[in-house]
Amino acid sequence: MSRRRRRKAEEKLFTWLMRLSLLGAACVLGLILFTIFWRGVGALSWEMISQTPQGGFYLGKGGGILNAIVGSLYLGAGATLLALCIAVPVVLYLHTYAADSRIRNGVRLALDIMWGIPSIVYGAFGFSLMVFLGLRASLLAGIITLALVVLPILARTLDEVVEMTPRQLREATLALGATRFEWMGVLLRQSIPGLVTAILLAFGRGIGDAASVLFTAGYTDNMPQSLLRPVASLPLAVFFQLSTPFPEVQARAYASALVLTVLILVISLLAHLSMARLGRHVIR
Amino acid sequence: MEAIRDTSLVRRTGVLPRRSGCRLSLRRAALDWAAHRFSASTAVVAAVLVIGIGVALLARSRPLLDVYSLRELLLGQVWLPSQGLFGFAPFIAGSLVVTAVAMALAVAPAILSGIYLAEYVTARTRTALKPVIDLLVGIPSVVYGLWGVLFIVPLVRDHLSPWADRTLGQSIPFFSRTNPSGYGLLAAGFVLAVMVFPLIAAVTEEVMRSVPREMREALLSLGATRWETTKAIVRHAGLPGILAAIVLGFSRAFGETLAVMMTVGNVARMPRSIFDPAYPLPALIANNYGEMMSVPLYESALMSAALFLLVVVVVFNAGARLAVERLVRKGAA
Repeated sequence: MSRRRRRKAEEKLFTWLMRLSLLGAACVLGLILFTIFWRGVGALSWEMISQTPQGGFYLGKGGGILNAIVGSLYLGAGATLLALCIAVPVVLYLHTYAADSRIRNGVRLALDIMWGIPSIVYGAFGFSLMVFLGLRASLLAGIITLALVVLPILARTLDEVVEMTPRQLREATLALGATRFEWMGVLLRQSIPGLVTAILLAFGRGIGDAASVLFTAGYTDNMPQSLLRPVASLPLAVFFQLSTPFPEVQARAYASALVLTVLILVISLLAHLSMARLGRHVIR
Repeated sequence: MEAIRDTSLVRRTGVLPRRSGCRLSLRRAALDWAAHRFSASTAVVAAVLVIGIGVALLARSRPLLDVYSLRELLLGQVWLPSQGLFGFAPFIAGSLVVTAVAMALAVAPAILSGIYLAEYVTARTRTALKPVIDLLVGIPSVVYGLWGVLFIVPLVRDHLSPWADRTLGQSIPFFSRTNPSGYGLLAAGFVLAVMVFPLIAAVTEEVMRSVPREMREALLSLGATRWETTKAIVRHAGLPGILAAIVLGFSRAFGETLAVMMTVGNVARMPRSIFDPAYPLPALIANNYGEMMSVPLYESALMSAALFLLVVVVVFNAGARLAVERLVRKGAA
């Protein structure tokens, strides 16, 4: 074979290999969604999502997982709010007061490292914090631990959005005599679409994370009532129902997973749309 | 002044020149000062959180580390907390092998996908393909685990393991069918591979896109094919970044808990075959939380496991991130 033809063949081969691997990933994604939908739909009923577990729920008797759905929403929302209180000032600080300093790289590195820490480690840390503070497994402890998990996601996503604001905006703002605090306000307004996306991403992650709430939020069959009581969550509902030996209860795990997946898909879709829609008013 | 007031920039940003004088009012100065202090302190909190987590876990694992030497813990083969035996070796081996299986399956396709997204497609196709990666990132761990139980485990049990046993298993013990259940290293490794794929692909894509355009243009104008251009870019500019992507994927897989725990079988034994069940560290922590209070040093042992995970992941992550950052900065300059 001539050299030219060999080069062409190599080009073709690798192009197809690349397409194949992306296609493979897309197929696996489809397969996951299909498996979850197909197995979940059969067990899903109105009762499942509108009732709390009745007596003997884990033996196959009646009831639903409303406690876990509401609990997950509380956990996700609480954690996102708490993380927001730290992430927004940090990110704005990095772009205003620390705009040209080396602190910026240090904080970014710390956040990146936090992003990589497994949620089970946060769970263990949250547990040791609970012991230290004398707390029991509760909604509050779960929210605090989960906030640590979502903080780097929120902060780094927001950071990238603020990074994209044009440099001229900074010059114009400061040239008009604004203080750096007022400049923060300008940056925040500019990055609201990104903020919404970041919040949705963090919320989705908070709902789906199980390892961090396993020891800190506990589990209960009741609806969440107080910050200091244990609370149920959807991922743990899936996990616990799946580990029972009864097929009827395992089928409920499939339905719970379907509810969780649909929630996550809706949140991803909203994040996608929010970026496109809210972005119209941003100066680029 | 009027001219400035009218520009849309001023209207849309909400910043208006208040008076013609330049002196800050006391109120604005005070607000600025307070905002500076407050935001700086939140940044400090965020930066030292990692250290705080390490210190807290170290404090909780001290009781165990005071009694046993590191050597005993890391190389000990027997795990019997009720008799005071805390050997982490089977768990560390389980974690390493399951992660290695996942990486072996995921690395090549993920890097090829990342390169494809960065080098071969138009912006439009990219926006169409990107959701595949984003959705794979977004699916919760427990859903991956359930998919593993419903799809991968039966696949391994009924098809892959009998087939591997017939063909390779006779000569290579690593592929012999040691476990009829299907729950084991291969099943968990496959699920993990799907979970780390989007991470590696996304980092690879980011790294490749940070390579300056001129380099590509120079190579293409010399008559190189696209793949030859890609190879040259990877060799001369992208390699550290792609290695970093692999390291990031590795550390993500190393700490993954629920999906692995649901599919790996959870038997504390040194793995001998790819179909063996194993018991990785995160599963150890997650599974034994309920009963740990009753046995002395048990809690401390689980905290040591968490500390070990933290140290491995932080070292790997910090190294990889620093490498990526250096590369991206070099590309931007």
